[in-house]
Amino acid sequence: MSDKQVRTMLGKLEGFTFDEVPWVEPKPLSESRVAIVTTAGLTIDGNADWNAADQGFRVVPKGSDNLTLAHYSPNFDRTGWIVDKNIVFPIDRLEEMAEEGIIGSVAETHISFMGAQPDHTLETIRMDSGPAAAQALREDKVDIILLTPV
Amino acid sequence: MGTLASVLEQQGFATVALSCIREQTETTMPPRALHCEFPLGRPLGKPNDVEFQRSVLDAAFELLNEASGPVLVDYPIEIPDDADSPLSCTIPPSDTSDRNPAAAEALGLLPAWRRTHETYGRTTVGKVITAEQVPDMLDLFTRVAEGEAWQEVGIPGDPTKIAADIKNFYEEASISLMESSPSARRAESWFVQQTQAGQTIQKARINMKEAGANFYFWYYLLPMTQHHEPENN
Repeated sequence: MSDKQVRTMLGKLEGFTFDEVPWVEPKPLSESRVAIVTTAGLTIDGNADWNAADQGFRVVPKGSDNLTLAHYSPNFDRTGWIVDKNIVFPIDRLEEMAEEGIIGSVAETHISFMGAQPDHTLETIRMDSGPAAAQALREDKVDIILLTPV
Repeated sequence: MGTLASVLEQQGFATVALSCIREQTETTMPPRALHCEFPLGRPLGKPNDVEFQRSVLDAAFELLNEASGPVLVDYPIEIPDDADSPLSCTIPPSDTSDRNPAAAEALGLLPAWRRTHETYGRTTVGKVITAEQVPDMLDLFTRVAEGEAWQEVGIPGDPTKIAADIKNFYEEASISLMESSPSARRAESWFVQQTQAGQTIQKARINMKEAGANFYFWYYLLPMTQHHEPENN
């Protein structure tokens, strides 16, 4: 029951809270282009290293076939990822949902940050890399973002 | 994750976040979140279970129908990790009688690691070292475990990253030695508690801590829930 201990310890950490929760009225799902933004620290070039304090992001094109989970923290399971990338990056599930007409389309551009950041204010993500990632998604005409945490 | 969702929503996208630590989600208040009490590192819950993963996504996208937020809903099925049931994994012997036991053990696992790599096309080894360098690194960690100063044995980079490469190598090798894919953290508990390598890094960690090493360097050598005295210490 290690996860229970981890949740208890990490649940107490401070986090950044916006004064007002932002809210966008979504288009109908069946007309929406959907992208994944994960905090798994995924890379596309075989690089397995992502430094602890790095609040940058990597673009993960839809067809990437050499994904590596480079997250620095030892405090979570990786064997699920090895046997099925969808456990973190559910790209095949989104493709199926697009084929069935449940979502409009799957974006070409997906994004990975890395979670468990030591700077809980996430200043770089808020002020710099977050808006930059948003720009990449905007250029791909993304409507809805699914976030998967690691 | 919660803060990132709000940043992206502020930028004009409707976001749906899966949540893995409920208290953090309550603190950061993303616009729409589905809390899933699944093993950490497995936000979709069950590897290779298409139906289950779809049900999680269906529940997440359902939140887009809410009129206002923040919305935080609990997914009704919980999945615990299995750290309390270490794998029972027989390590293939290797012809390496001249190596220290941890290095010999890793050499014995190399074919299994290669099979996993070939089968799934993925590895998380390679932060600093390759799989082939794991035995040599275990020679170095053995020296730290035996009392030498960690800065002086020639560890070729951040020791936490090399320890991660070693742990990930073992966990990935174990996938090919078991008949089915393991539940979460079983391979981790096997590595830390039952292998020569895990026990060596545990001893090295304790020595580094006692020698006053920087917190980051000893704390992240092993998962924080596996910081135990080794059984044979």
